[in-house]
Amino acid sequence: MLVLTRKLGESIKIGDDIEITIFSTKNDQVKIGINAPKSLEIFRKELLIEITDQNKQAANVQGDLLSILKKNEMI
Amino acid sequence: MELQTKYHGTIEMEESNYIHFSNGIPGFQEEHQFVVLPLEEDETFYIMQSVNTSTLAFVMVNPFTYYPNYDFNLDESIVESLQIKTPEDVLVYSILTIQDPFENTTVNLQAPIIINSKNHMGKQIILNNEKYLTRHKLMEKR
Repeated sequence: MLVLTRKLGESIKIGDDIEITIFSTKNDQVKIGINAPKSLEIFRKELLIEITDQNKQAANVQGDLLSILKKNEMI
Repeated sequence: MELQTKYHGTIEMEESNYIHFSNGIPGFQEEHQFVVLPLEEDETFYIMQSVNTSTLAFVMVNPFTYYPNYDFNLDESIVESLQIKTPEDVLVYSILTIQDPFENTTVNLQAPIIINSKNHMGKQIILNNEKYLTRHKLMEKR
């Protein structure tokens, strides 16, 4: 992994189209601005991990789906 | 073509009905083709069945049925990658995490399944909107 040190307000260019700017730092938090082509999806990594976990859980229905739904209709 | 499914047994399905997920969905990147089937005739629940893995299927709902105020913008990146021409072509589903009892079931509003009904391209998108979570109670509002 390439590691660079940057000061507040300084930027990093990735290729021609992507620019990452350090906006502010506060305690252990860093605010980052990203300029990138709209064709790129950008999201927090932990969100992707959470959605991966949720999908795996969703794929694994515990018990018989139809009987769970039937029970619910009777209430 | 004959398709083995998790909830519908063996069914006959034209390949033209397959939905193509070019990168799969998070956690299932190797699954590129699904079909969407209503679970029962009333079309409350939909099943997104993997074409390649008969045991892999997701239970989904139309999120707008349960959350009428559900609202988000499709990023340009999604419009481009799914080649969406008009909003009318877009189908939106939300994956359920089924729990027994059913009242504990949750719905993933943060990562809806988006399908272009015209070209059958699909993608699970991630909303950068803190209002929507991966686990909303399905029964809260109805």
